[in-house]
Amino acid sequence: MKPFARLNKFLSKLPVNLVLIALILLWLVPTLGLFITSFRPREDVRTTGWWTIFREQQVVGQVEYETYCASCHGMDGAAIPQANLADPELMNAYARSNRLLVMLKQPLEDDSPHMVDPLLPENVNESLAILSPVHEYIGALSGEETKGSRLTLRNYADALVGYKGTQDYLTDCQEGVESTLVKFKCNISDLLNPEGMGSAFINTLIVAVPSTLLPIFFAAFAAYAFAWMDFKGRQWLFALLVGLQIIPLQMTLVPIARLYADLGLESTFVGIWLFHTGFGLPYAIYLMRNFLGGLPREVFESIYLDGANHWTAFWKLAIPLSMPAIASLGIFQFLWVWNDFLVAKIFLSSKPVLTVQITNLIDPRGANWHILTGAAFLSFIVPMIVFFAFQRYFVRGLLAGSVKG
Amino acid sequence: MASVTYKKVTKKFGDFTALNELDIEIQDKEFLVLVGPSGCGKTTALRCLAGLEEVTAGEVLIGDQVVNDIAPKDRDIAMVFQSYALYPHMTVFDNMAFGLKLRRVPKDQIKTRVEEAAKTLGIEHLLKRRPRELSGGQRQRVAVGRAIVREPKVFLFDEPLSNLDAKLRVQTRAEISRLHQRLQTTFIYVTHDQTEAMTMASRIAVMNKGLLQQLDTPQKLYDEPANLFVAGFIGSPAMNFFTARIKKDGQNLFVDTDDFAVKIPDHKLKVYEPLAGKEVIFGIRPEDIHNPEFAPPGIHAAPVEAKVDVTELMGNEIFLYMISGKNNFVARVDPRTRFKIEEKRQLFFNMDNFHIFDVSADAENPPAVR
Repeated sequence: MKPFARLNKFLSKLPVNLVLIALILLWLVPTLGLFITSFRPREDVRTTGWWTIFREQQVVGQVEYETYCASCHGMDGAAIPQANLADPELMNAYARSNRLLVMLKQPLEDDSPHMVDPLLPENVNESLAILSPVHEYIGALSGEETKGSRLTLRNYADALVGYKGTQDYLTDCQEGVESTLVKFKCNISDLLNPEGMGSAFINTLIVAVPSTLLPIFFAAFAAYAFAWMDFKGRQWLFALLVGLQIIPLQMTLVPIARLYADLGLESTFVGIWLFHTGFGLPYAIYLMRNFLGGLPREVFESIYLDGANHWTAFWKLAIPLSMPAIASLGIFQFLWVWNDFLVAKIFLSSKPVLTVQITNLIDPRGANWHILTGAAFLSFIVPMIVFFAFQRYFVRGLLAGSVKG
Repeated sequence: MASVTYKKVTKKFGDFTALNELDIEIQDKEFLVLVGPSGCGKTTALRCLAGLEEVTAGEVLIGDQVVNDIAPKDRDIAMVFQSYALYPHMTVFDNMAFGLKLRRVPKDQIKTRVEEAAKTLGIEHLLKRRPRELSGGQRQRVAVGRAIVREPKVFLFDEPLSNLDAKLRVQTRAEISRLHQRLQTTFIYVTHDQTEAMTMASRIAVMNKGLLQQLDTPQKLYDEPANLFVAGFIGSPAMNFFTARIKKDGQNLFVDTDDFAVKIPDHKLKVYEPLAGKEVIFGIRPEDIHNPEFAPPGIHAAPVEAKVDVTELMGNEIFLYMISGKNNFVARVDPRTRFKIEEKRQLFFNMDNFHIFDVSADAENPPAVR
């Protein structure tokens, strides 16, 4: 009977496990794809899928190289000392295959054509189709882009500084491309370029931290009063506050935008702090009150008898005991503010936060795909850290309102 | 150190009257126990004194001062709760020192006072621990320690032993009594457990339904309960009650229950003569019912026949559950008694100790006549 029992146990759990695994894959695979894509060079992103990096690395362009170049440059590329293809310095000048093509179209010093046998096709696209693998092969030869060459951090650099050109930021700086130099200084200060994710990151921090702390701070005071102070209309006021949660945020955008315009708060950090605080408060008060109200009454009575007034009881007892609730509330509010797009887009248009900056980065025609992936990952590094650092509070936080202890 | 006075204190929660014109005077240094069934208002009385509830009417005095409008923190009282109510995030030392810190007692003095209290209670090795690392008994001691370091005028205990196991309860009971002797302060102690009340109190206040039933020393309460409720509440097993009629037969008075009649001794005739012919409740404690073989000499014994229903051997005594007609009663007899179940036997009622409650005076809670 025993082996059957184990088999039965396995089978009975199988559907649940399968569904679970399917769900996890459903979420994880696209994220993984995005993550891998964010490390792939612009060219690769355009031509192949992210999963191809798991294929065995075949030597790209070897056949083409042998056909077109090996006769003069030799198999190792070093046959002509003046034009040593294995020299990284030389290859740096031709970071892209179209540059290589331009050079190859020019005749050599003795006026003979660069490539004799066979000649590249007249059509540019056709030649590029050949040159692209050759270019890569030479790159591999020169050792500049070694085996892991197909992964790069350049997308992240582009996203951080907000580069929107045709190559990438680091190459442009090396080559001194003029259009790039107008906008960038090619030093560390570029990280603060207002069009980049770097400055957006700082903006987001400036928005998110006070927008998290302020509602928790006010909610803690209110929750203590609702839970432990006796005053007229306490229940009604609490019900009213909790009821405020039903007001959809979107409905208030226009009136508040007009109000802010009158008060001169449009596109200021103070304005967005107030907005997030206001919309965070009802739920924060609700959760904190239920948590504080669930603490044993005797402990509070004890502290009053010990000589404490409400102020002391709040700081010395209520706050330390409600740390789990504060932590989970903080996490939720922080993530909500961090990921908010709508409010930031409307009330802080001049100082874009991460979510808004991402939309600024992509070309409307979908050109800067590779930057988008990097930018997306930059934007959720912090939420990931927050989640993994405080994940035990997530479960507790979900239960905080409903279950005692 | 101070006396405590309740002057016609009434407390209402909506329509429910928790305390009904409670009048108690508690002397300085007294150990008063408030006892009663749950919901009788004893805890409410304590909380009104602590200032955790506002009284609806009447006055509460500590010493000569009316404290109705004084905040709990300024009443100078300490309370030990049933759940101990320790501060879970503080060490034992901080738990005990907290009240002193709030009162701005100098640090070195706090240290000596806490350590001294800890030593008295045998918890000096626990001072660095947190409440969750302590057993129930240890937590209870910390709660007591937190109260005594403050040296308050009045100590309040709200069923502090009910969360302890039986053995620890007996031990702690004695310790609290000793503490009272040593501190020479007013103790007010709430419990539903009459054993605690009897063993510790200098006086006991029995309460029921918000009303004070009797306020007396434990012995007096046991020997001369003022009414049916007190008689039934104090003592375990509880007093036996029989509805009966007082019958006069020439010079003699009898208590007649239809099933049996017992003669009232001559020296008590005067007291009960006025009740002749009236309906009463006759009460007698189980230990005043004897097996005739082992009955002490010199008592006014009245024989009663009854059938044995159940016997419970306790070792030092035997509880007999007897049936006599429509009446059931319990006898607490000598352990050498060998009665068999279903047997009809004769027992002696000791008529030196019995109680008559006059139903005509108050049908619900008839007062004792003596």
